[in-house]
Parts: sequence; structure tokens; C-alpha cells
Amino acid sequence: MMSFGGQLLFAIAGMVAVLAAVLTVTQKSPLRAAVALLVHVVSLAGLYLTLHAHLLAAIQLLVYAGAVVVLFVFVIMLIGPGALDVKPDQRGLMVKLFGGATVLMIAGTIAAQIGQAAALFPALPGCPEGEAMTQAGECGQFGGVDALSNAIYVGAAIPFELVSVLLLVAIVGAIAVARGHTDAEKKAKDPRELDPRPRSADPNATDPSGMTPAE
Amino acid sequence: MVTGLGTYLTLSAVLFGIGAAGFLARRNLLLQLMSIEIMLNSVNLALVAINRAHPDSHAGQVFAFFVIAVAAAEASVGLAILISVFRLKKSVESDRADLLKG
Repeated sequence: MMSFGGQLLFAIAGMVAVLAAVLTVTQKSPLRAAVALLVHVVSLAGLYLTLHAHLLAAIQLLVYAGAVVVLFVFVIMLIGPGALDVKPDQRGLMVKLFGGATVLMIAGTIAAQIGQAAALFPALPGCPEGEAMTQAGECGQFGGVDALSNAIYVGAAIPFELVSVLLLVAIVGAIAVARGHTDAEKKAKDPRELDPRPRSADPNATDPSGMTPAE
Repeated sequence: MVTGLGTYLTLSAVLFGIGAAGFLARRNLLLQLMSIEIMLNSVNLALVAINRAHPDSHAGQVFAFFVIAVAAAEASVGLAILISVFRLKKSVESDRADLLKG
């Protein structure tokens, strides 16, 4: 059974999350969509707090609000006005209606089915009544730093290390994909453009292309 | 209103539906990537809620942790591909990313 404050936070954060998600999807401008995504992410962190996942709420704020949304904003800045939709949507009304109805039907069916599972959350383990805040150790630690890091480093140490390898590969891959040719590399393909100075002015210069310098 | 596991799973399904609709309806690669983030976040919410219903272990939160890490990697690589496509096509429309079409 959740407290009244928890239910209030759930109601507010849930409504804000849904509204911000709808705004993210429907906004024309990508920058406004990114700001709506930021609001969505922050409200999801609030929802994690109602579920006693304190560490995950902090990680959510750090990784999503601090890194992913900022990355989106940086890319929007790099692209500039080209990030806007150029041509309007060309699909017909029937296709839109059919697609929207299909998604709404699937999500609505799932939501209606699982919404009937009215199971209340059980009390957190190992805590006698009223001692959740005072007792150290296992009690009151659900979702906290000690318990979750213990679960990660003891129960999932190898996947955790593999995630670091994954992030390293993602960094290298992102650089390799996004990085274009620099000006020096473009010039290096054409050896005549390596040295713009006239060769006759420098007697010590060796000609890398082996061509005779033009008089 | 009494919030239980079903409430959170319903909210998660609604958020996933919004993300899926956005991914299918929008033709802007940036907006499609944001829709993917919404879908991943909704799954995270479901994982954390189910973990709260079975509080004797932290498996759901550990899963959500890994999903967050993979989502960050996915966003970085996806945005790198977007920049590369934009450099070639001067557009971020996913319909125009047809470089492999013969």
C-alpha cells in the first residue's frame, strides 16, 4: 500500500509523463521535442521514486537528462535548420487512421488486460513496522545504493564489465561513423596540393611526388 | 485511486504505444530516435514496477540499469548515423536514407 504522497507523486508524474511523451512525438520542431523529452525523462525519475528505486532515479536523471537529451540538442545544433521537416506528410487519411487505430488498439488491449491485475505492492522485506528509516543493513535498503550495487557487482559482474566494453565500442563506432574527412585528408589524396609554395624558392625541399617543379 | 502493479503496467503500455506511434508516424530521424527512447523508458518503468512487486531481489532494477546503458550507446551510434546521413543527403528524413537501394 502506497502512502498518499506516493500516490500524489504517481498521479502528477504519470500525467506529466504521458503529456510530455505526446508532445515529444507531435512537435514539429525537434528542439521543442527534445525539451519535451527532457520533461518526460524527469517525470519518469519521479515515477521511479514512487517505486523505491532511488538509485535508478538518480541514474535516470544523470544518463538521460544529463547525457542523452544533451546529445540530441547538440546534434540539432550541428544540423541547424535542416533538422526541420522539409516536406509535409504525404500519406493519406486512411493510412493514418488505420495506423493510429492499430497502435491504439494494441496498446489499449494490453493496458486493459494488465490493468485488471490489481495486485498491490507488498511491504518491503525485513522491515518491522515503523523502523524503515532507522535500521541499517538490509532493512530499508530496497533500491538504495548498497543493495542495488551489491546486486550488480555480485550478481551481474561480468555483464557489467561487458557493458563497459559495449560503451567503448559505441564511442569508437560513433566517432568512426560521424567523422568526415578533414581538409588535410582531402588534400592528401592529391599530392600536387601538399605544398603550395613554389619549389624553386626552397632548394632544400625534396619533391615527394617526383615530378619536376614547374618553372 | 489505489495504485498497484496494474496501474504502473498500464502507464507503461500507454507510454510504449505513444512511442511506437511516434516511431511509425514521424519521418524525421531525430524524432524517431526520441520515440525509441520513450519506448525504452516505458519498458524500464515496467521492469522497475515488477521489481517493486517482488522486492526480495533486485533483478528488475539491474535489468533497467543495463537497459539504460544500452540505450545510451544506441543513442550515440544512432545520432552518429544521423549526422552521416545528413552530410550525404542534406536531410534528416528517413525516407531519403536509401543509400543501399540499387
